[in-house]
Amino acid sequence: MRPNDSRIATVKVLYFARLREVFGREREQVELPGNVQDVGGLTAWLRSRGESWERELAPGRPVRIAVNQDMAAADTPVGDGDEVAFFPPVTGG
Amino acid sequence: MAVRVQTGDFDVGAEMTAMRRGNPKIGAIASFVGVVRDLNEGADVAEMTLEHYPGMTEKALEKIVAEARARWDIYDALVVHRVGTLKPTDQIVLVVVASAHRGEAFQACEFLMDYLKTRAPFWKKERTPEGGRWVDARTADDAAADRWS
Repeated sequence: MRPNDSRIATVKVLYFARLREVFGREREQVELPGNVQDVGGLTAWLRSRGESWERELAPGRPVRIAVNQDMAAADTPVGDGDEVAFFPPVTGG
Repeated sequence: MAVRVQTGDFDVGAEMTAMRRGNPKIGAIASFVGVVRDLNEGADVAEMTLEHYPGMTEKALEKIVAEARARWDIYDALVVHRVGTLKPTDQIVLVVVASAHRGEAFQACEFLMDYLKTRAPFWKKERTPEGGRWVDARTADDAAADRWS
């Protein structure tokens, strides 16, 4: 940890539908590395877990992401206490 | 204006009666009911399970209703969406809109459904003889929603 940055950013990550099944979890708390500051960074970091993470979150895959329950884009900021959800395109109605 | 997410069924007639009760300004009520079909993408569907994102679902639906209200002169709107396990012929979703004249009610009702299909966080998983499968999003639904932008 950097000496001048003792605060650890923790975010709640949720997974729905097919992604919940593939990743085998519906939620987790993750501590963000210092260089992860937005949705794109978080996605890349999760992808680095390999295997199904790398496959399902690969660029071009149909994944939608919400931050604090609003639809987000790759440059949407992510910080301490945020709720970030990953899910497939919606199919209600 | 109201949105509800529930496991139980809904009574279309009762919802429409409740909406128009005591408001003599209402001259038109349009409604849409979505129903589970027994066949989808060439496979028999025994039942389906609807999953959603509690919290975001209500927020997204309220945003869609507010958008309809900003676009059309309507008196009231209701969206009811069921979650959990449903069988063919079960009702899934209800949209009811009340206005002075039919044009606004028809248009707002269709708009609410088109936006709900592409923006509200619900997912369907079907149980077929070959096993469970997640329903894929349809590009036709995106096109329908894009008409309004």
